Amino acid sequence: MAAAPTTIPTAAVQWSTILPRRGRVGIVALILTESVFFSIFVVAYIFYVGKSLTGPYPKDVLSPPILNTICLLSSSITVVLAIRALRAGSIRSFATWWFVTFALGFEFMIGTAIEWHRLIYHDGLTIRTNLFGTTYYSLVGLHALHVTVGLLLILLVLILTMCGYMNERHLERTDILSWYWHFVDAVWVVVFLTVYVVGR
Amino acid sequence: MAGTIDQQIALGAVDDPQALPLLGKVHEWIVTVDHKRLGLMYIMGGLFFFVIAGLQALTIRLQLAFPDGAIVPPQVFNRLLTMHGTAMVFLVGMPILTGFFNYLVPLMIGARDLAFPRLNAFGFWLWFFGAFLLYFSYIGGDGLYGAGSAPDVGWFAYAPLTELPFSRGNSTDYWILSIFLTSVGTTATAINIITSAFCMRCEGMTLTKMPVLVWLAVVVAFQMLVALPPLSAAQAMLLLDRFLGAHFFDTQAGGSAILWQHFFWIFGHPEVYILVIPAFAFASEIIPVFSRKVIFGYSVMVAASAAIAFISLSVWAHHMFSVGMTPVGNSFFAASSMLVGVPTGIKIFNWLGTIWGGKLRFRVPMLFSLAFIFQFLVAGLTGIMLAVVPFDWQVTDTYFVVAHFHYVLVGAIIFMDFAAIYYWFPKATGRMLSETLGKWHFWLFFIGFHVTFDTMHFAGLRGMPRRIYTFQPGRGLETLNFVESVGALLQGIAVLVLVINVIRSLRSGDPAGNDPWDAWTLEWSTTSPPPEYNFAETPVVRSRRPLWDLKHPEDPDWKYE
Amino acid sequence: MQRWCLTIAVIACAPVAAFADDWGMGDSNSKIPPSSVFDAVSTPAHEINTVTFFVIAITAVIFVIVAGLLAYSIVRFRVRPGDDGREPPQVYGSNPIEFAWTTVPVLIVLVLTLVTIRTIYTVQARARPPGALVVHVIAHQWWWEFRYPDGIVTANELHVPLSDPTAPTPTFLDLESADVAHSFWVPRLAGKTDVIPNKKNSTWIDPHVAGTYLGQCGEFCGTQHGLMLLRVIVEPRSDFDRWVSAQKDPPAMDASAAHGRQVFESTACVNCHTIRGTAADGRFGPDLTHLMTRETIGAGVAMNTRDHLKIWVNDPNVMKPGALMPAMNLGDKDLDDLVAYLATLR
Repeated sequence: MAAAPTTIPTAAVQWSTILPRRGRVGIVALILTESVFFSIFVVAYIFYVGKSLTGPYPKDVLSPPILNTICLLSSSITVVLAIRALRAGSIRSFATWWFVTFALGFEFMIGTAIEWHRLIYHDGLTIRTNLFGTTYYSLVGLHALHVTVGLLLILLVLILTMCGYMNERHLERTDILSWYWHFVDAVWVVVFLTVYVVGR
Repeated sequence: MAGTIDQQIALGAVDDPQALPLLGKVHEWIVTVDHKRLGLMYIMGGLFFFVIAGLQALTIRLQLAFPDGAIVPPQVFNRLLTMHGTAMVFLVGMPILTGFFNYLVPLMIGARDLAFPRLNAFGFWLWFFGAFLLYFSYIGGDGLYGAGSAPDVGWFAYAPLTELPFSRGNSTDYWILSIFLTSVGTTATAINIITSAFCMRCEGMTLTKMPVLVWLAVVVAFQMLVALPPLSAAQAMLLLDRFLGAHFFDTQAGGSAILWQHFFWIFGHPEVYILVIPAFAFASEIIPVFSRKVIFGYSVMVAASAAIAFISLSVWAHHMFSVGMTPVGNSFFAASSMLVGVPTGIKIFNWLGTIWGGKLRFRVPMLFSLAFIFQFLVAGLTGIMLAVVPFDWQVTDTYFVVAHFHYVLVGAIIFMDFAAIYYWFPKATGRMLSETLGKWHFWLFFIGFHVTFDTMHFAGLRGMPRRIYTFQPGRGLETLNFVESVGALLQGIAVLVLVINVIRSLRSGDPAGNDPWDAWTLEWSTTSPPPEYNFAETPVVRSRRPLWDLKHPEDPDWKYE
Repeated sequence: MQRWCLTIAVIACAPVAAFADDWGMGDSNSKIPPSSVFDAVSTPAHEINTVTFFVIAITAVIFVIVAGLLAYSIVRFRVRPGDDGREPPQVYGSNPIEFAWTTVPVLIVLVLTLVTIRTIYTVQARARPPGALVVHVIAHQWWWEFRYPDGIVTANELHVPLSDPTAPTPTFLDLESADVAHSFWVPRLAGKTDVIPNKKNSTWIDPHVAGTYLGQCGEFCGTQHGLMLLRVIVEPRSDFDRWVSAQKDPPAMDASAAHGRQVFESTACVNCHTIRGTAADGRFGPDLTHLMTRETIGAGVAMNTRDHLKIWVNDPNVMKPGALMPAMNLGDKDLDDLVAYLATLR
């Protein structure tokens, strides 16, 4: 009973091409689980809206970060342009758009840091001030953490590209990284709506 | 010439495997990315902690064998019960199921390994260090009460007992961090299993031709992806409360203790299905082989398992019936909890349908599987009883509920884990476990289990809450508790028999051959143990039972389904 | 061989030696029937019993049928000696059968759900009649505070009036926690209701048989969760009223216990305890104004006797390891006088 099962005449289509690619399925699974993780923080945020015993309250101190949002969401567009360039084989064009993506994401982080600085030192809102502070910093902070991770990975790819190592064989993996970046941007849409629209 | 030791031996590059230094062997296991080795490490780790947490349970039962027990002070007892629960769920149940899926999924789909072997190793070592961290708490930290900083807040760690004012020192932090680590590791495995099942099946194996075990592994993996994050999120929030002064569960600042309960049980209920669905998977592979019949209702079995997983996401607050939800809330969760019993019952009926008309062989894996069906039936019925909210108001947080969930965790899950061990040990090691010792193991454990947990239902009905370090005389609880402790001792002896069986059989068990049980899925077509690469040529299959087709060319499965 | 036996015998006996004193609770508990959930004496518990017996009946029938089929299959389809080794007919499934054993459970579950919902509303949605007795229950780590109307405060033993089934006089309990999550549970009277900080819960009982009922905390709340006991004493209306008026009066001042009272008022006792009529008005620990009207001390850990009081005040950890009351470390004379004073608090 050592032989493998008898070979049966195979279909015309190569089996391996009708199965999905591993990287895609993997990143979708990761996005699924991360979405649930974020949802719990969103639920906590919404649950505690209006329940802070003391101020400062959202309407007093929050102003929608329009510039940050435009930058972050635009970076989704630029990353698509980068991947398109890489698929077409234009490494220089890819590097340019990839750099712009990084810069836009970096601006988002700077903007968030400025906003937090104002909230902490000017408005006196910290994570321990009240329920609003707790839920705000944890939700926005969790997202910022994911942006940071994404930026680090983008930076890594950027450096490798500058050193001349990028070519079309890395298209699949770079595309998967861009999917992570799209996820981060999509989460920002939800966070923005929750904190700056619904929660105020 | 580079390559693994197996390849080098096969190629004649190394003459005498026994001459390999021990350190070299250990190094191989530490750096391995092979799903089979990682699977075995998960299982061995799980069994190790099973013994440890089992000894903790024996200590608990020793204390509770008599009223006014004072073998351990309450501080130590509360650590024992917390560690017993936490370890059994995260360091025994989870790794054993992860280990078996790790080992079996690639073999059953005709693949060489899982989709992401290095991620697999990463997940294992995360689990390993998380487990180490949890038990390190006994000696780390400031050693309060001579019992270290082991967590003492119960395995579900309700707030605000876990907040700083009520939980000083670092015991709760050990609980948070160790479980957080193991959860990340488990998530990695879940991603691996899903990707492998979708992307790495051998030719001819469409999704509907995967063995039931692989389907259920996918279902479990999806549940892990969806159910583990709420726990990790809640733990992160608790950590923020404890270290940065946040107020997520700080009732003094307007925070909600109930929110913790919701988040925990949104994880906790699917978690118990994550633990039990692998038992279903093992049963769905083992029972057909020892009944000599194909599984009855393959599609229904898969669909019912998916339905269970889906509905299980909506039942969580049946752990919270006494917290004071509105009648509407209570009614909804009563309805959903009852509903989940329907697909569960269907599965039991399908196993019965498999056995019916078969030719039953009562080898050790089958003994454990038949006991599983019986015990899971009882557990499901007491579960239906518990879904009757007013009854739950009396017996929640009592020994009735402890009896119910031990019926599931031990009577269903551990019994099928034992069955799986006896069934697949020959494949993994090339040796059979002793059938005689196996039968001793089974009967001792079966009797001990029923002595303890049948009795335990009545203690709850008599007013004995759970998590009490002692009970007073004169309450009518003395006999019940003593009997339960005797049963625990029997179970302990049974596990000792298993350990002896494993050790002896590893050294001198009968050779197993490729297919000792005359089974039908792809793992039985390889050698025992399989070569590192699993299959010399990727198999091509045409039905759900490729080996049945080979053994019965006149009556192959693909003619019927 | 003999030495081994002796060693094992000694080891086996060691745990038997590790017991705590029961402080008289064994005798006291024996006089009270066991708190079985099936021995209901109050409407919530009765309602629960009714639906429980219904569901037990249904699940028992299911169990007999399915377990019976399993047992039958094991016997009927076992492989006999001399079997020809041929495989039995392979049955892949059957849609009609699957349909049948899906439909029947769905119907059973539907019926059970409806019955359950009905009882949920009967018990939970009970309207509060005007003039009903409402006791404010505050759960602490590891004792129960009961605040009655008219400023009566007591601990661990809840007195309620007997209720006549034909004209019920229920007692409502408003539940709050001073610290962590607890649960109020007296099995013969009602199901559990959790007592959670920052959440107002309530429950009700209307016991129609006089007597003492044992209960305890039903939610893990820390070190001494196991001995956070409670007693409900159900008395006919006249006895209850008498108890109420005795509680309302301040305790008798006994001149012989003056020194003890002085010890009490000049040590840290006053930080945690209240005795009406003295300067002591602490809220962290139980109200001691009528301490001697209670059967037990330490939330049910010991009978309320002078000897036990002495042990408790000297070091509560002897009786209740981990209790939040510190050992008072009084000298012998002070301790004796203090206990003598406490013994006058009727």
